[in-house]
Amino acid sequence: MAKGGVGVEIKRELLSGPGAGGQLTGAPGAATDLRVRSLNARQLLRGGDLEGPNPSVHLQGSDFERHVEESIMTTTLDKAVAWARSNSFFPATFGLACCAIEMMSIVAARVDVARFGFEAFRASPRQADLLILSGRVSIKMAPIVRRIYDQMLEPKWAISMGACCSSMGVFNNYALVPADKFMPIDVHVPGCPPRPEALMHGVLKLRTMVQDDPDMGWRERYDARGTEEVLPGA
Amino acid sequence: MPDATGLELIAQELREAEGASVVSDTLFFRNRATLSVEPAHIRAVLAHLRAQGYAFLASVHGVDYYPHEPRLGVVYELLDMARVDRITVKARVPSDAPELDSVTPDAADGAGWPTANHQEREVYDMFGVVFRGHPDLRRILMPEDYEGHPQRRDFPIGGEPVIFTYNEHDALGGSE
Amino acid sequence: MSEYRRREQSITLAPFEEQLEGQRGGGQDEPTQELLTLNFGPHHPATHGVLRLLVTLQGEIVRDVKPIIGYVHTGIEKTAEDKSYWKVIPVIERMDYLSYYFNAMAFCGAVETLLEVEVPKRAQYLRVIHLELNRIMSHLVWLGTSALDLGAISMFWYCFREREKILDLFEMSSGQRMHTRYFQVGGVIEDIPRGFTEKLQGFLKDMPGRIDQYGALLNGNEIVLHRLRGTCPLDAETLLSLGVTGPLLRAAGNPWDLRKAAPYCSYEDFDFKIPVGTHGDNYDRYACRLAEMYESVKIVQQALDGLPEGPHITEDRKVALPPRHELATSMEALIHHFKLVTEGMRVPPGEVYFPIESPRGELGCFVRSDGSSKPARVHMRDPSFVNLQATSPMVKGAYIADMIATLAMLDPILGGIDR
Repeated sequence: MAKGGVGVEIKRELLSGPGAGGQLTGAPGAATDLRVRSLNARQLLRGGDLEGPNPSVHLQGSDFERHVEESIMTTTLDKAVAWARSNSFFPATFGLACCAIEMMSIVAARVDVARFGFEAFRASPRQADLLILSGRVSIKMAPIVRRIYDQMLEPKWAISMGACCSSMGVFNNYALVPADKFMPIDVHVPGCPPRPEALMHGVLKLRTMVQDDPDMGWRERYDARGTEEVLPGA
Repeated sequence: MPDATGLELIAQELREAEGASVVSDTLFFRNRATLSVEPAHIRAVLAHLRAQGYAFLASVHGVDYYPHEPRLGVVYELLDMARVDRITVKARVPSDAPELDSVTPDAADGAGWPTANHQEREVYDMFGVVFRGHPDLRRILMPEDYEGHPQRRDFPIGGEPVIFTYNEHDALGGSE
Repeated sequence: MSEYRRREQSITLAPFEEQLEGQRGGGQDEPTQELLTLNFGPHHPATHGVLRLLVTLQGEIVRDVKPIIGYVHTGIEKTAEDKSYWKVIPVIERMDYLSYYFNAMAFCGAVETLLEVEVPKRAQYLRVIHLELNRIMSHLVWLGTSALDLGAISMFWYCFREREKILDLFEMSSGQRMHTRYFQVGGVIEDIPRGFTEKLQGFLKDMPGRIDQYGALLNGNEIVLHRLRGTCPLDAETLLSLGVTGPLLRAAGNPWDLRKAAPYCSYEDFDFKIPVGTHGDNYDRYACRLAEMYESVKIVQQALDGLPEGPHITEDRKVALPPRHELATSMEALIHHFKLVTEGMRVPPGEVYFPIESPRGELGCFVRSDGSSKPARVHMRDPSFVNLQATSPMVKGAYIADMIATLAMLDPILGGIDR
């Protein structure tokens, strides 16, 4: 932890060998524990020579401003929220066909999606914010996918994984619907099925999109006002 | 597989048991035996073959012989597990009266073949062959209110037009 | 006996008919049970794909189950009528999406029967190697996802670790992890590359130990045993009348396996056993599939050791592409190449049904050809489609949790069911 870093200052001493014995107290054998000293916020913010003889003397003027710029991160709330959202997508378990097996592969150990923070696959669409549409969407399934997508809470994103839902894929026939026809898709991942690395690339691309563009919701993004589901009799 | 003579013997037995018009054709092709039967007697034929040992109905599927009439065929694949013998029974129905007795339920003329339940529903869904006496004849793969029978040869294959640069600005194509 | 045990023993659930009688008899102490119809899926973590079940419940006991399918119907059979024979292979592979080599094998076998071409011995052995590796891979995915359904979540990662090794082998031989288009009519598309045998040997050495690990994780686990032992059994006669084959039938005691009964593709050259269960309950289904993995490893080992030299695809140039070096020297090879690529192979008219043993049961391919270069009808008799009819008799009278376990042990693959 750098000196002046946020939080707590920790000094580590060698237990034995050359250089052991510590420097703070100078007593031999006394430096066997981690030395922990909590700093109060004022000392952190004001900086200054924490180790030296006058720890209560704080930085002034331009020294102080430089210290603040170096050691404290400032940002807008939007960017912070976008950063948090993008690093913790909760994908919905939505495997339809062969691509679902490769989607299971990204949860597996080789291409580990947990290292990015996306391992919390939620079964309920109310708790999920990323719909990875993996597999072919048949005409019987399309209204159900739409209903699941509608049940998800904003902000929500959708990745169309594989050729079959992005376009018609291998099967250009009466039974399939490309996903773009009934729901907005943020990232299309080509492949049949896409390798787990390819899907990971797509998810990371979505993460970059979300981080750089913390906007309100997909309807503004796609200029898609008026695409809300109309229930019969409403 | 019963060899060619075995197939003829089976056909002969069937004709004797059920009537001379039951078996319309026998075919021994690539070491496989096929009996073409009149659709009205399909239950009796299958019951007779079951008594001969072919007790496992492996598959019921439909074929469209467009444009030859009778157009819609239903093919039954039977298997005798004890002798490892297969025989195929084919029944062709015309497209203006595509009806056939269902072999699924138990009826007065013998036990049924429960395995044909979903498979006959699929033949109905895809080809339009109505199985009389089926306990639950509904569409199984297409939505319930779908019109048309997709796997008939004159049903269009459908699909989306592939977008190239020359048609990307059409009404059906993409935007921008 | 403790107070808790005494209370537990006094709770009995009378059979449905007795309860109805109790209601009619006006007994005030009898609980009035209604039937609740619950819609299960198609989007549900435990339905193994998009299977929708209409479950009629009485309390927590399942009284009836109606499967509704068609949510991933892709019109594969109709698409196959539109393409030439070798272009059908990638389309037909995507049907039962965990056992793609088997789909291709059934179709190629049917077309080879129609064409009466002989598949060379080396190609047959290579096919067997890939088929059995695919069987192991399919059982691994089944095991991982079934254990996930039962709650033994960590099995998933172990099974997929092995699956990645198998997919590496598939990628070596064909360039693709899934849906490899490796089997062609007449043989396989390419011979195995250098290094494949060594990698496969290493995998085969490790695999039995890994299967032991999976067994060690689950076989002694009391929760798994309670959930699987004795739940939802079904006898072999009912299964046969429903058309069920594969590990479900073998778990019930009937040792029917097409690899032994009617061998195809050189399976008669290999020495392996067929695991058979005794009670036909969920535990036997699980144990059968686990034991099948050991047997598949043995088959691959024998096939690898006995791999003969020779061509990897038939020499009939009207069916298989000529090797590229011939195109520079032989005019006929050029013409054959041109005809095959533009038009495709012409198959003599006829109808053939070719059954093989897939990880889920009897997978049959019915091909009708009318003499042109496109098939007139392709139908896959999918084992999961027929096995699904056994769900209802199996789970009648069991708890919902047992139904989940039974669905897992049934191993339905919706791609094959819906095609």
